[in-house]
Amino acid sequence: MTLRVLYFARLRERLGVAEETLEFAGSTVADLIAQLQVRGGVWAGELGAGQAFRVAVDQDIVSFDAVIPDAAEVAIFPPVTGG
Amino acid sequence: MTLRIQTASFDLGQEVDALRQGRTDIGAIASFVGLARDYNDGSGVTAMTLEHYPGMTEKMLATLIDEAHARWSLLGVTVVHRVGRLLPGDPIVLVAVASSHRGDAFAACEYLMDALKTRAPFWKKETTPSGERWVEARASDNAAVARWETD
Repeated sequence: MTLRVLYFARLRERLGVAEETLEFAGSTVADLIAQLQVRGGVWAGELGAGQAFRVAVDQDIVSFDAVIPDAAEVAIFPPVTGG
Repeated sequence: MTLRIQTASFDLGQEVDALRQGRTDIGAIASFVGLARDYNDGSGVTAMTLEHYPGMTEKMLATLIDEAHARWSLLGVTVVHRVGRLLPGDPIVLVAVASSHRGDAFAACEYLMDALKTRAPFWKKETTPSGERWVEARASDNAAVARWETD
């Protein structure tokens, strides 16, 4: 299935991409993160174990075991710092 | 409910006037204004840039306001949050809560700020004499919002 993936703030800068459309053959958020880590380099570093980041699916923050629906909007970003 | 994300500044007096306009049932309005500081984490700060996730930001803030209404007896809520480039002394965020009595207004105002800081998708980047840096999330903010879960 096809996903739209958005990146924000520090992650957007480090990964060098704000938005992409990608093919996803997995099921959960954890599967997607694993797929992105396989790209290696900064992807493996920024999304690796011990890194603090959050994932939203269709604009709701979800846990790593959440299932991603087809054509979802997924966003990956650092812990928020507004206010 | 008034909920706005904007680059322009805001005026506390105007927002409070709008919140109570035409009503005489409001007995208390509590408000909070967050300001850009010129110092953070051991360094001077000459400017900051606020980024957000358009769409999710509005949805999350509306959810937080709904939660406050469910928990306290409120007569109106205004939340305004700025994005873009800000200078020291500039207002960043405003939360104003109207209620019949002060207790609910104080509590809901503090709850909304604590929840906003940990759940609304905004990110701050500071400009310092040694370059730009992203602000890291604070454990104290997580502790602040956790207080509200104990009831």
